[in-house]
Amino acid sequence: MKAQDFRYERPSTMDEALAILADTDQEAQPLAGGQSLMPMMNFRLAAPDVLVDLGGVPELSGICEDNGEIVIGAMTRYRDLMASEMVARDVPLLAAALPHIAHPAIRNRGTLGGSLALSDPAAESPAVLLALGGSVDLRSASGQRSVAADEFFFGLYETARQPEELITAVRLPKAAPGHRFGFYEITRRHGDYAMIGVAVAQAPDWRIAFFSVAGTPLRATDAEAVLNADASDIDAAVAALASLEIDGDRHGDPAMKRHLAGVALRRAIGGMS
Amino acid sequence: MSGPLTDLDRPNSYIGRAVPRADAARLLEGRGRFVDDLQLPRMLHAAFLRSPYAHARVNGFDLEAARAVPGVHTILTGKDLEGVVEPYVGVLSHLAGLQSAPQMPMAVDVARWQGEPLVMVIAESRAIAEDALGLIEADLDPLDPVTDPEAALEPGAALIHDSLGSNLAWERTVDVGDVDAAFAADGVTTVERSFTFGRHTGVTLETRAAVAAFDPSTDQLTFWYSGQAPHMMQFIFAKHLGLMEEDVRVIAHDVGGSFGIKIHTYGDEVATAAAAKLLGRPIKFVADRLESFQTDIHARDHIVKGRMGLTADGKIAALEFDDITGIGPFSMYPRTSAIEANQVLNLTGAPYEIENYRARSRVVFQNKNLMCQYRAVGHPIAMAICDCLLEDAAREIGMDVAEVRRRNLMADDSYPRQSASGMKLADLSHQQSLEKLLEIMDYNGLRADQAQARKSGVYRGIGLVSMVEVTNPSPAFYGIGGAPIASQDGATVRLDAGGGLRISSSVTEQGQGTNGILAQIAADRFGIPIDRVRVTTGDTDTVPYGGGTWASRGAGIGGEAMLQAAVALRDQVLDVAAVMLQTEPSKLDIRDGAVTDLDGSERMTLSDLARTVYYRGNELPSDMKPELVATRHYRVTDFPFVFTNGAMAAQVEVDVETGMVKVLGFWAVEDCGRVINPMLVDEQVRGGVVQGIGGALYEECLYDEEGQLLNASMADYEVPMAAEMPDIVVAHVETPTRTSELGAKGAGEAGTGGAPAALMNAVNDALSPLGGRIHQMPMTPERILKALGTV
Repeated sequence: MKAQDFRYERPSTMDEALAILADTDQEAQPLAGGQSLMPMMNFRLAAPDVLVDLGGVPELSGICEDNGEIVIGAMTRYRDLMASEMVARDVPLLAAALPHIAHPAIRNRGTLGGSLALSDPAAESPAVLLALGGSVDLRSASGQRSVAADEFFFGLYETARQPEELITAVRLPKAAPGHRFGFYEITRRHGDYAMIGVAVAQAPDWRIAFFSVAGTPLRATDAEAVLNADASDIDAAVAALASLEIDGDRHGDPAMKRHLAGVALRRAIGGMS
Repeated sequence: MSGPLTDLDRPNSYIGRAVPRADAARLLEGRGRFVDDLQLPRMLHAAFLRSPYAHARVNGFDLEAARAVPGVHTILTGKDLEGVVEPYVGVLSHLAGLQSAPQMPMAVDVARWQGEPLVMVIAESRAIAEDALGLIEADLDPLDPVTDPEAALEPGAALIHDSLGSNLAWERTVDVGDVDAAFAADGVTTVERSFTFGRHTGVTLETRAAVAAFDPSTDQLTFWYSGQAPHMMQFIFAKHLGLMEEDVRVIAHDVGGSFGIKIHTYGDEVATAAAAKLLGRPIKFVADRLESFQTDIHARDHIVKGRMGLTADGKIAALEFDDITGIGPFSMYPRTSAIEANQVLNLTGAPYEIENYRARSRVVFQNKNLMCQYRAVGHPIAMAICDCLLEDAAREIGMDVAEVRRRNLMADDSYPRQSASGMKLADLSHQQSLEKLLEIMDYNGLRADQAQARKSGVYRGIGLVSMVEVTNPSPAFYGIGGAPIASQDGATVRLDAGGGLRISSSVTEQGQGTNGILAQIAADRFGIPIDRVRVTTGDTDTVPYGGGTWASRGAGIGGEAMLQAAVALRDQVLDVAAVMLQTEPSKLDIRDGAVTDLDGSERMTLSDLARTVYYRGNELPSDMKPELVATRHYRVTDFPFVFTNGAMAAQVEVDVETGMVKVLGFWAVEDCGRVINPMLVDEQVRGGVVQGIGGALYEECLYDEEGQLLNASMADYEVPMAAEMPDIVVAHVETPTRTSELGAKGAGEAGTGGAPAALMNAVNDALSPLGGRIHQMPMTPERILKALGTV
């Protein structure tokens, strides 16, 4: 279980990194925290020609506020997010999700941008982004753009990011007084990828994003509509999950997972604050 | 302090004490010597192309591109090893009728499980070898896979081995008493259940690994491996590679866990040794985690239909079951894959007074990875069949599950005696262990808590198990059937010139602390501070001949040999000292590293004595022949096995909306006879319980119908993790075995053998008010919700 041979680059600026990615002769893969990419390379499920280690690009890390949004550099590690007072205060949904992400050793290395770039359908952060209606800043050697969460996730491990683009930052709306958030995840062992999970925001409109249900995180728009009409009608919101297109996996068939989705939604709403 | 002095008050009394083991600090500081740490001059690295299909005809390989990769040295196929390796067959004569087919290290004509080695690439690095693997074109024709053991026995099922004429490897039945009449008797309540025990495996921290080096100038093979039985492997390499046994040296230094996984003949390891012989260069093979899941032996995989009859006063009237188990395409060599089924027949119901007992087990070939002996062989199946039927039947007649055990467990004063299946039993303490268990768990308190919790919609359950464990086996386990597996072990104790003891033993250290308890025993019985004892195990060139680590035998058999060797050396040293001090040996003692009078006053240090013997023999009488080394061997003679017993309980809480089970508490009372090191025994029990919880709740090798393993990674195969584990309270009843002076029985497998049944009983106890029940392991959320009818 050894990775295929690759060239290793460690640029010290974003422009250098983007220049390497822009070279279309070779398949280049950005390396963020490496908590998923390195195992995939060792399994030879990923075999890039060039590995572009972003660990030496300081401008990709950091947390700041910009025009009502909390802007998190793509290379910001989970452990730094967990230690951030700004995240705890202004993005409580993300703060609620962070302890569920794997284990301390993984959170020490893993990054928010890396997780979104991979978009594992059972991971927490894509659903948090989706429930908050945030956006992803992308940049390439030829320009930059921002993609809304609702347009970011294409399919299994497929996102709006183009091969020559880097995720530079993630923008999450700052919570306002009266906004409420809930997060609930069902795992067999703490730190596992979820059997099912849900991130819920009422800010003030409801947004509900499930993860580990399909190839991408899914918004439960019918359930959102129910709650926007009557926030107390949780039974109807759960019933509205019937329209979600849920895939089965080794934890259960679609019926089992739909049942768990209902349980998770009730518990997430029950725990909202 | 009060009371009479005990053995523990003697100087150098280490037996029975929680002595920290010397190896722990070394391993913690990263100073371990594992196989992958070994670097030899001119060493090459091996990687294997493995069958992607569960069943396929092997037509050939295009190796041209792979051979052209710079750094690739040699590529070998299964055919290339014909004539180099003598095929092996996993049968034993005492398992009458067991059949299997000749097996080669790599498939020759037909591949029979996904993961079977096909081609070996030998290169300058593992990475280069893996590059070459990707360039091999394999010409394989998929054949119908036979994966379901029941379907494998249907007429017309595809045959895994044409030469055997059937997919049935072995069948055994036991029929004692009059089972039909007992079930039919008035007042007998019968419960009938279908059990399914999924496949799981022993996940070791250190994967299987081997370095083989062959010296053509002497015809000698040295094989470093991560394993349990060096002498067995010595025989196997000699026989199957055409070498003299004395020319094969097998070394197992530090081993990062075994659990029975590392005591079998693996094709990749044999091929590594064969290639080293062919090439005359050292070759390293280290299994990666994917290979481990695909090829480390799996365990369990049983489907059992069982029934039990209970009289109105709660006595077991009869027990009957029919077991079918899938073992993969071959019976594993040399221990065979029929032992687990044999154990299930032997052990089911063994704690209880049962007069009417009928059982059948069928062992069936299938196109999955090989199944063989993993920690607590057969025990979790045997204990779950009987104790789950017993608790279900007790619930049926409205009797408390502790009370029903009191009425059926063999009386503590009724030994020696036999179990229903004919096992010879002695020195057991079921009744005492049960009472102690109920006390330490506060059984009545937990029942009150359970009733209270149910009122608020919280479903807690309590489950018990009473169990036996096979330990300290005699030759009846393997040797009697022709296996090259020693049931006796040897120990050597040597007094060196500096006054320290150098001891060696044929039992092996897998991380469980064997070396530590051997030092305790030697220091205790010889009379020397334990920090003056150095231990050697795991090297066929230097240790006495013996069996290694398996069947919970290291302490009981290896320990007794060490005790006898230490006592013998003590007598020899005192003979020398008596001459030098012009007194009688009976007037001398050895305490704290010195020869003393019986009152403890020092006469001479051991170093003075040894230096005189070794350096200044001229000071000794010329007719004196001092021997400062002693070797003793020990085997169990009067019993096939020395059984231990235990009683365990689990308390669980089931989230009836999600199907999640939280283990709130676990209690284990273990009677392993003399406890040599309570700290090590308790951790053995706890580690065993955790693996038992793994089998009951989490671990399963999931195959699809095509025989593809679906979860061969640490992300997808769920081993129990510390965060989910309960506190495990361990207590002891000590009934020493009379088969040895040491009195120690084994303790390594009890937790794994007993915990699953206790867990299943606890979950069913929790589900009972909702009318749900589950008899399938692992008890996953989906299966629990299906049992409840929720999904």
